[in-house]
Amino acid sequence: MTDNFTWNRKDFLSIEDLSKDELETIFAYADQFKQTLDRTQKKLPTLRGKTILNLFMEPSTRTKVAFEIAAKRLSADVITITGDASSLSKGESLRDTAKNIAALNADVIITRNSHAGSAYYLSKIVDIPVINAGDGAHEHPTQALLDCFTLRDHFGDLKGLNVTILGDILFSRVARSNIWALQKLGASVTLAGPATLVPKKFEEFGVKVHHDVETALKNSDAVMLLRIQHERQSSIHFPSLGEYTKMFGLNKKRAALLKPEAIILHPGPVNRGVEIDSQLADSEKSVILKQATHGIVCRMAVLFLCATAAANNLMNKISANE
Amino acid sequence: MNNILWIKSGKVIDPINNRNDIGDVFVIDDKIVSDLTSQQKKEAKILDANGLVVSPGLVDIHVHLRDPGQTHKESIKTGTYSAAAGGFTTIVCMPNTSPPADNAGTIQLIKNSISSRAIVNVYPTGCMTIGQKGEKLAPIGSLKRAGVVAVTDDGLCVQNNELMRRVVEYANMFDLVVMDHCQDADLTDGSVMNEGHWSLRLGLKGWPNSAEDIIVSRNVILSKYSGAHIHLQHISSAHSIEIIREAKKNNIRITAEVTPHHISLTDEKTKDYNTNFKMNPPLRTEEDRKAIVNGLLEGVIDCISTDHAPHSDYEKDTVFDQAMFGITGLETALAVSLETLYHNKLASLPDVISWMTYKPSKILGLESGTLNIGSDADIVLFNPDEEWLVQADNFQSKSNNSPWIGDRLRGKVNRTIVKGKTVWDGKKIIS
Repeated sequence: MTDNFTWNRKDFLSIEDLSKDELETIFAYADQFKQTLDRTQKKLPTLRGKTILNLFMEPSTRTKVAFEIAAKRLSADVITITGDASSLSKGESLRDTAKNIAALNADVIITRNSHAGSAYYLSKIVDIPVINAGDGAHEHPTQALLDCFTLRDHFGDLKGLNVTILGDILFSRVARSNIWALQKLGASVTLAGPATLVPKKFEEFGVKVHHDVETALKNSDAVMLLRIQHERQSSIHFPSLGEYTKMFGLNKKRAALLKPEAIILHPGPVNRGVEIDSQLADSEKSVILKQATHGIVCRMAVLFLCATAAANNLMNKISANE
Repeated sequence: MNNILWIKSGKVIDPINNRNDIGDVFVIDDKIVSDLTSQQKKEAKILDANGLVVSPGLVDIHVHLRDPGQTHKESIKTGTYSAAAGGFTTIVCMPNTSPPADNAGTIQLIKNSISSRAIVNVYPTGCMTIGQKGEKLAPIGSLKRAGVVAVTDDGLCVQNNELMRRVVEYANMFDLVVMDHCQDADLTDGSVMNEGHWSLRLGLKGWPNSAEDIIVSRNVILSKYSGAHIHLQHISSAHSIEIIREAKKNNIRITAEVTPHHISLTDEKTKDYNTNFKMNPPLRTEEDRKAIVNGLLEGVIDCISTDHAPHSDYEKDTVFDQAMFGITGLETALAVSLETLYHNKLASLPDVISWMTYKPSKILGLESGTLNIGSDADIVLFNPDEEWLVQADNFQSKSNNSPWIGDRLRGKVNRTIVKGKTVWDGKKIIS
């Protein structure tokens, strides 16, 4: 364990709030949990008797399943509610839904929601830990954890790395969480993509912005691709997927500009042939599937830390009352 | 027996008459008089105004009373209670009610409610397009006959330039001011806050200044060619100030207002997703804030209006994207304006009072906002230095969606007098 072990938070809402020590604490636990992946008996008893509620108001495969697996590996009972199957679709307010979930004796809420700030909002309403699994275009903090965990796994340390994030930054919660996480861990960040999706104003967050993809990729240690959310942007932010691929897609020629040992990350789902050449996605440079696996252990660490902190706080409250 | 008031030894500030001295104000029945006879002085009720400012009752030409149809937020009764508590004696209510006030019948209904329930003077406005839909001209002539003092689609902005041209030409025929909410709808589709550092950081959809600047420019151009008076509501963007300055230099009939919140707050306040900082137009940057304050100081902006926009708790207590736009303002406007302009030593007391009395009145041709001899005795007494704590439970408004809750502000209304009668005594409504 790290010497600077530190976790006093009720909730896990954003990377922007976290210190480097807190990130390192999460990684230290994730390292431990990673060792259980290859065991035949993968379950730990750590959160036995806890009920974790996955409140997913937006479609998700990876994140939802990874959270479910993470919870189950820690022996928690996990229930997943999806958008159209919840009372929110009957007009119940998010406040009332959350209050009722807490009243149903859940121990942790994991929330995915299309509205920025929704996890923060829930955290103010309920006393139990709230874990942000993506809130609008704001943050997707566990994604940044698993991305940085993957970089750390590959390079040992993020200090001094040049990481380029390429694609739709404007609408991306993954980009925002990574902008904070990478910089806190000592990496330099470059954002790249069309001016309509990567406004220069992002430089106010300490990063570089390039609209010329070749310049952005040159000498990068890693490139993080973001899915082009064509269902969202219609034809206003770029003319067509074809032009996007031509101007900004990661192909073999462009990948050759990266440092020789560089790796390619993608949070998924991948649009093959759009933001990334299909063969590149499967090449040895690609760590896309490793990211998915690391998603389990990072989320185990977050669930463990938040649920344990909550249990400790409860114990302290009880003993203070005695 | 007459109602005789002797408001004694106050700091009397009546900007239109250049009055700023320690003195008395006299009222007989509902009118201001120049003096009292010694007999009348014996009979008069004396209000000791020592240490207080005595000024014309405040005038707000941009208020949402939500009546008819949305009285869970506010009503003509509670909205005028709120006005009285804030020192306002005359308010102009917006027509985005339910149904919208786009016909003479609805205006008559509103006027009936005003005469039975309002405790301050209320003037209605009418829609400029049917149902505020921006498609067809509202019956502006009939609205005028029914008693509106202006037409506006406030909350919405007519996007069709041809229609807007006809609105201003048609309204001008009746000497009606067109009050416009300047917002390009395409540029702000789905937007919930100012576009900039904070929208990027919070992941909320941004609202560019250009959305306001473009419509401000359009309105200047339409006013120039039609000669019609267009009043620009709640200006928030620095570049809009430049456009208005230029228009005024060229004697184009443009007037403009700013709100207490846009002169005092910036978009950084949204950083905790507090929906009491969500309004339309949004809070902008510090640069914009300074520019609109300067616009006011230089006379580019004519007046301060609150855009008092009450919403109930469940309409505001939700995620930022889904919360209603708007905040209450009547009960904090004077103090916030005094803090921002007077206590910060940017403007004198008479200036601040002028922006909240005769200047807004003049825009709509109302007679309120003066202590002229013979005018209605609409008067406010306030202590500009007295500090008070803004508390959610203490509003007279039916709603408490105020961004200043928890703040201490200087400037406390001690008494509000409408037509010679006290309607607010500094602590409670007297109706």
